[in-house]
Amino acid sequence: MEKTTPKFWQSKLIKTSIKGSFLRLDPRLLWHNPVMFVVEIVSVITSLISVSNLIYGGPFLFNIHISIWLWFTVLFANFAEALAEGRGKAQAETLRRAQSEAYAKRLLANGQTETIPALSLRKNDMVVVEDNDPIPGDGEIVEGVALVDESAVTGESAPVIREAKGDRTGVTGGTRVLSGRIKVTITANPGETFLDHMISMVESATRQKTPNERALEILLVGLTVLFIVVVGTLAPFGVYTGVKITLPVLVALLVCLMPTTIGGLLPAIGIAGMDRLIQHNVIALSGRAVEAAGDVNVVLLDKTGTITLGNRMATDFIPAAGIKNEELVEAALFASLADETPEGRSIVALAKYRLDRRGRDIKPSPEAKFIPFTAELRMSGISWNGREIRKGAADAVAKFVQERGGVIPESVTAAVDRVAREGGTPLVVVDSTRALGVIYLKDVLKEGIKERLSQLRLLGIHSIMITGDNPLTAAAIAAEAGIDDFVAQARPEEKLKLIRKYQAEGNLVAMIGDGTNDAPALAQADVAVAMNAGTQASREAANMVDLDSNPTKLLDIVEIGKQILMTRGALTTFSVANDVAKYFAIIPAIFVPFFPMLGILNVMRLSTPNSAILSAIIFNAIIIPLLIPLSLRGITYRPMTAMALLWRNLVIYGIGGLILPFIGIKLIDLLIVFLHLA
Amino acid sequence: MAKDITYILVFLGVLMLLALPLGHYMAQVFTGRRTFMSFIIRPFESGLYRLCRVNENEEMSWKQYSLAFLLFNAVGFMVLFLLQIVQGRLPLNPMGFGSVRWDTALNTAISFVTNTNWQAYGGETTMSYLTQMVGLTVQNFVSAAVGMAVALPLIRAFTSKLRNTIGNFWVDMTRSVLYVLLPLSIILAMLLVSQGVVQTFAPSVKAQTIEGTEQVIAVGPVASQVAIKELGSNGGGFFNANSSHPFENPTPFSNFLEMLAILLIPAALPFTFGIMVKNRRQGWAIFAAMMILFLVGLGAAFWAEWQGNPILAQSGLGSSTNMEGKEVRFGIGPSVLWGQVTTVTSNGSVNAMHDSMMPLTGLVFMFNMAIGEVIFGGVGVGLIGMLMYAILAIFLAGLMIGRTPEFLGKKLEAREMIMAVIAVIAPAMASLIFAGIAVAIPTGLSSLNNPGPHGLSEILYAFFSAAGNNGSAFAGLNANTVFYNLATGFVMLVGRSATILPALAIAGSLAMKKSVPSSSATFPTASPLFTVLLIGVVLIVGALTFFPALILGPFLEHLLIFAGRTF
Repeated sequence: MEKTTPKFWQSKLIKTSIKGSFLRLDPRLLWHNPVMFVVEIVSVITSLISVSNLIYGGPFLFNIHISIWLWFTVLFANFAEALAEGRGKAQAETLRRAQSEAYAKRLLANGQTETIPALSLRKNDMVVVEDNDPIPGDGEIVEGVALVDESAVTGESAPVIREAKGDRTGVTGGTRVLSGRIKVTITANPGETFLDHMISMVESATRQKTPNERALEILLVGLTVLFIVVVGTLAPFGVYTGVKITLPVLVALLVCLMPTTIGGLLPAIGIAGMDRLIQHNVIALSGRAVEAAGDVNVVLLDKTGTITLGNRMATDFIPAAGIKNEELVEAALFASLADETPEGRSIVALAKYRLDRRGRDIKPSPEAKFIPFTAELRMSGISWNGREIRKGAADAVAKFVQERGGVIPESVTAAVDRVAREGGTPLVVVDSTRALGVIYLKDVLKEGIKERLSQLRLLGIHSIMITGDNPLTAAAIAAEAGIDDFVAQARPEEKLKLIRKYQAEGNLVAMIGDGTNDAPALAQADVAVAMNAGTQASREAANMVDLDSNPTKLLDIVEIGKQILMTRGALTTFSVANDVAKYFAIIPAIFVPFFPMLGILNVMRLSTPNSAILSAIIFNAIIIPLLIPLSLRGITYRPMTAMALLWRNLVIYGIGGLILPFIGIKLIDLLIVFLHLA
Repeated sequence: MAKDITYILVFLGVLMLLALPLGHYMAQVFTGRRTFMSFIIRPFESGLYRLCRVNENEEMSWKQYSLAFLLFNAVGFMVLFLLQIVQGRLPLNPMGFGSVRWDTALNTAISFVTNTNWQAYGGETTMSYLTQMVGLTVQNFVSAAVGMAVALPLIRAFTSKLRNTIGNFWVDMTRSVLYVLLPLSIILAMLLVSQGVVQTFAPSVKAQTIEGTEQVIAVGPVASQVAIKELGSNGGGFFNANSSHPFENPTPFSNFLEMLAILLIPAALPFTFGIMVKNRRQGWAIFAAMMILFLVGLGAAFWAEWQGNPILAQSGLGSSTNMEGKEVRFGIGPSVLWGQVTTVTSNGSVNAMHDSMMPLTGLVFMFNMAIGEVIFGGVGVGLIGMLMYAILAIFLAGLMIGRTPEFLGKKLEAREMIMAVIAVIAPAMASLIFAGIAVAIPTGLSSLNNPGPHGLSEILYAFFSAAGNNGSAFAGLNANTVFYNLATGFVMLVGRSATILPALAIAGSLAMKKSVPSSSATFPTASPLFTVLLIGVVLIVGALTFFPALILGPFLEHLLIFAGRTF
């Protein structure tokens, strides 16, 4: 994950961002950001006034000072946006590089293949990928099976199996086949892949504003218009009072009052949110979905792979009455030696541990015959020397014993019932007609899942586990993991019904899915994360793709969604709270020369009117670059209740935003006096 | 001082005792349930619907509702305008007043239709009894009823889900008049008559004074108009001197009653809101924000008045207490309280001359109006205005907790923001722009009687009053000129329609939305934190918008007075 995180102050990134901040002065680009667009217009006006003052006489030096800092205000804002965009692109480019240099073997109608550059592939082309070939583009396997190295995209070094027909058919351009031969239909034209999509989401020119961003922008534009009127009418009020206020001073007041801090950082905050998603190896296909993630109040989680490790593990052996524990463990070990399923391996591991035989390898006698697990038998085992050791589901094993004239003793049945009641899976171990005992198989929770789920609860998010297990098992796991609700014996189609039900109650529902039969549910969910390894259908239905195919990602996505909104809210509050201090700097500066008694408003005791105005405008400009790290990183987010979070942010950004500029402006004023700037 | 505080406490206590049950009663009325008044009023109500062919069960979309609102006001405006123009040829005109000047008539028509009741004219010397009763008093009822009616769609929108209708304008308005305004004003008029308020159709009385000159004493159907002028946030007095006139406000008890009447419905509506959205605590949270803002302003005004005028002390009057422009019958306490009550509620009736208050008192009064009359505010529209601020506050709060903001389960998105921003800033901008124009042109300045910051205050007050649909005036400005009649008329229209139409649009869009169930992640809007935040937003937005203007007007005057200068 770390590999894709460019260093914050990477010099190349800084250079392109500085260049970008000047390119963005182009009004055709800047008008996307109305607040900064207004600042640019007034910067032009004050610059023109300064120049004409130089030619025709007038207070040139002060005006040019103001103009310079106005331009800096715009440039700083542009820089923030360019930096966020640059970082996102840099991350995307590292993913894309492998892809664009590749060649593809395209399958022709006559069955032959031709080698063409990957970039000239089109949707629905069929390509063949063999050992050590890079996969030329996003696509779906239609034939064959291969071991794929996806480390270029996910950073995960262990190769994964991808095969036709099933839920693991998706392949990503830029990954590499290690072994195997697959036929792949290309599902996206160059320039339309997920990566391209993501790049366009961080590119400010093509980026769509998200609904919340638009709502906030309306507020900012409203404030801007209001302050234009406030400052505009101050001119006639001034004249009436006998004070003629020059245009550059009015402009300085206007820009100080306008929400330039949040206005300047707003695009960067949104883009940086996308960047953070990419750092988590999640590609968002819509900004709306990222925002919605912050609002989600119901999440559907598949049990397997999300809440529990994929498989059940042996956790205990319960011997039948009169059977020694050791005998049971040994029999279980033998019965599982050839069992390559994860359950089987976990039995072997536990048995070896219990028998303290980790060092020694246990080998069955050479004439032993393994009975593999089959769906008909529903048990597996080993036979040698007339011994028939079997392990399997209670009813299947009971049948096996009865056929041989034996009977399952009461103690075993009781143990089976107990294990089932506790949510585990009992496997009965028999040696021909003798029932030896029960292996306790249990779902093992993923590490840290309990904490994540309790965080979700703090966020007010209701978690629902979907599982094919029986209600008893499901309830036990739900209780252990601390999940709010579960749906047992669920068929995939029921997810759709469930989502609709919750949505009808007004909830926003998030889910993560991979299979083709998840597609309808993904399409219905408000936040739908498809796993990259999933089927094409599921990826198309989703609005986010997780390159790591890690279902717990959903929780990260929710947090990033919230963080984006919180950063916006906090900086808006900060920006507006700042205005109070600026009034106390500029209003006395304008009027004290005429009405000395208004000096009581000069609470900061700023040295001269000019230095006061300059200090305010400089503070207003440099607060933007100072807050760039915060807006790119997002404000610190801890799961806590809404009330606690609001208090915290109100105190830091509201009260802090009220006080900080008083101090900042005073310090700048001292510096200006020290440097004899005004 | 102790006497004043006791007076205020008693006043607020009585207010609460009356507002709570009234809030409850109105919630019943507006949800169409039977009340103890139904057996008398219901026949009239259904009769009226039959007569006007209104189907009371038919609901309107927000656009139809807005159209009905506009249409009704347009007709009301035309009738009132024409009535003033032709009053000379109509009956009930014992004084033989002629046609009202066109610009005055236009201004007055707008003023009464928008529930402002800004009076550029002297009532008893301009308007015939017919105009007063059929024109002005009728508008006093219906403009107040309209104000109450238009708040209802917004309230209902919070509880309706996926609907594209927001209620029926005609029904909402009829109910406001029949069940609320009419009964209350009958009770109040009776009480006022008992205190000696005049109610007659006889022409002015002529009296021989001791010096032998003849004095004309104006009388008329006063009590009925005074009752509704107070209850309906109207404030247009029968007499030019408004409620400082002994025939409008003869006794301390009548003074108490009238103040109570001004605040009664606006203070009850937050409770109605709480009951109707099925969240009483929400009603209390909004009421608390209003009450705290009210008390803060009142405290500041009292502080300014108790401090008195140092110039008076220096001139050897013995006391610095500023009694100029106040009725000696009432004294400081009830005068300042009235001023605060009338400026927070967009009522605008006065029992003292606000112009003569201490500058900082004037500043408080101006601030009350300038922020858009949301501290209780006008009947209905005050609640609307506060809800608009609440939407802004919740938007910020929602972001800060990392969610798309939601208010009572309804998500606040771009559309709500556009409308709330318009409602909050449009009236403020209109008032500032026209005040700016007024001080910049000779026509505007020629109406001033006082130079310096006091003159600026007079102009600012006039436009804040118009934008807030308050209607009270800082005397000293001759507002009956073509310029001021047109300018304040326009600002009054902006103040009214830029509050109501956005609110209806928001109602339309909220009603269409699903309701999000609340959880620990939702910002609890029925909480003290919400109240604090709401107060903060009102104060910050108001302060940032009006800081320069108020500094140059009342604040500078205050400083100059304490430096020994007068205007």
